[in-house]
Amino acid sequence: MIDKILAPVLSLGGMGLAFGSLLAYASQKFAVEVDERIPRITEALPGANCGGCGFAGCAAFAAAVVEGKAPVNGCPVGGASCAAVIADIMGVTAEKMEKKVARVLCRGTKDKAKEKYEYYGIDDCVAASKLWGGSKGCSYGCTGLGTCVKVCMFDAIEIVDGIAVIDPEKCTACGRCAKACPKNIIELMPASQQTWVRCKSRDMGKVVKSYCQVGCIGCKICEKACKFDAIHVIDNIAVIDASKCVNCSQCVVKCPTKIIQGKTEIKKAYINEDACIGCTICKKQCKFDAIEGELKSKHRVIEDKCVGCEQCVIKCPRKCIEMR
Amino acid sequence: MIRELIAIVLGAILIENFVLVKFLGICPFLGVSKKVETAIGMGMAVTFVMALASMITWLVQTFILVPFNIEYLQTIAFILVIAALVQFVEMVIQKISPTLYQALGVYLPLITTNCAVLGVAILNIQKEYNFISSLFNGTAAALGFTLAIVLFAGVRERLELSNIPKALQGFPIALITAALLSIAFLGFQGLKL
Repeated sequence: MIDKILAPVLSLGGMGLAFGSLLAYASQKFAVEVDERIPRITEALPGANCGGCGFAGCAAFAAAVVEGKAPVNGCPVGGASCAAVIADIMGVTAEKMEKKVARVLCRGTKDKAKEKYEYYGIDDCVAASKLWGGSKGCSYGCTGLGTCVKVCMFDAIEIVDGIAVIDPEKCTACGRCAKACPKNIIELMPASQQTWVRCKSRDMGKVVKSYCQVGCIGCKICEKACKFDAIHVIDNIAVIDASKCVNCSQCVVKCPTKIIQGKTEIKKAYINEDACIGCTICKKQCKFDAIEGELKSKHRVIEDKCVGCEQCVIKCPRKCIEMR
Repeated sequence: MIRELIAIVLGAILIENFVLVKFLGICPFLGVSKKVETAIGMGMAVTFVMALASMITWLVQTFILVPFNIEYLQTIAFILVIAALVQFVEMVIQKISPTLYQALGVYLPLITTNCAVLGVAILNIQKEYNFISSLFNGTAAALGFTLAIVLFAGVRERLELSNIPKALQGFPIALITAALLSIAFLGFQGLKL
């Protein structure tokens, strides 16, 4: 009786003990020294393994940071908060990283842009664009088959009326869609740059008009509207110089085909009259003559003329102008 | 002897394919079959572990369970052996060959609980194979698993680019594909060895 209990207990227990000690010995003998900072950095990362940093996932990025092959702010998804934590672990200070978003430079929906032919084939933009540049009349435009949607790890892209639309809230600027797009019409831009041209066609204006109602025709009206010399038509397409653009939306208003996207909400400047010393700096600064008032008297903003370019806010020495 | 081994190998790969005929190891079959590359990685890792597990479990059965008359503890003993083995192998590989560890690393812990490994160990004993036959059966069964998962991954890569009705996207179409693949493998049942 007793050996019927003892035999299984001892043999199985013995095996367990043998394997246990083998593993314990092996973990000592075959221990691989891992820098203790690597798991800590991996923990601080978002963990989506999106590859936006250029490494094969979060763990690989963490290892690269410790080896000094990657910058502490190399993770585009985690942003500044993540970079700060990693910098803390590595004992350095993180440089500020500007938040970016991916934007689709096309708005030729099915009702606005003509099709060259009907496409029945592999459900993929790369395959479609190999066939005579895709079914869209415009060879620069979005094919709308959703290759970007498939590669997006964050569910931020959807196809609306045959055009990829990116949700800026969900976008983490990992850049996978920009790499996947065969038309190269997805670009990463600083989120603060709120004015952007939603077209990439380099065709002549007449040609553009023949296939798309919402393409850039290179008319240069935006160039004339811009008071900051920030937008220029180069190769039949309007290009905004982000370092000069102040998001005043004058080009947005004047564009005849409405292809320039401006900021969603236009705020007006207000001068706090208690703090204003009447220095006229804001008045000289304003390119729209929207501020009135003489030297040493309180200034006032003419609301109808103010376009919300915020240049007066930046220049006011008393910091008494705010946007509302 | 050689004739018998060939019969075992062909039988394990085609006629009694672990995934498509015996329905063992379905979890990694569905989980790691999105890309041919990862499917091959998983297949190699499984082959490695199943060959080792076939040998060790045969030794445990012959020299521990049978002499002590405790064959009824077969399942739990084999699970213990397989889990410890995989852990041990993982540590050794990590130390000796970091490149192999990079290639297999992700899949090795997954295999600990793969029922195909336990399945082959128990089947070896049930069919009363000797040590050499067990090793061949284990390796061949794992190669059959690799064949199935790589074929399936190839089909799934094509599916990614097809226009699939919304209700069937993702796992539904994968399951239908697996069923069709399984039916196709039923054709090998007629093979006489």
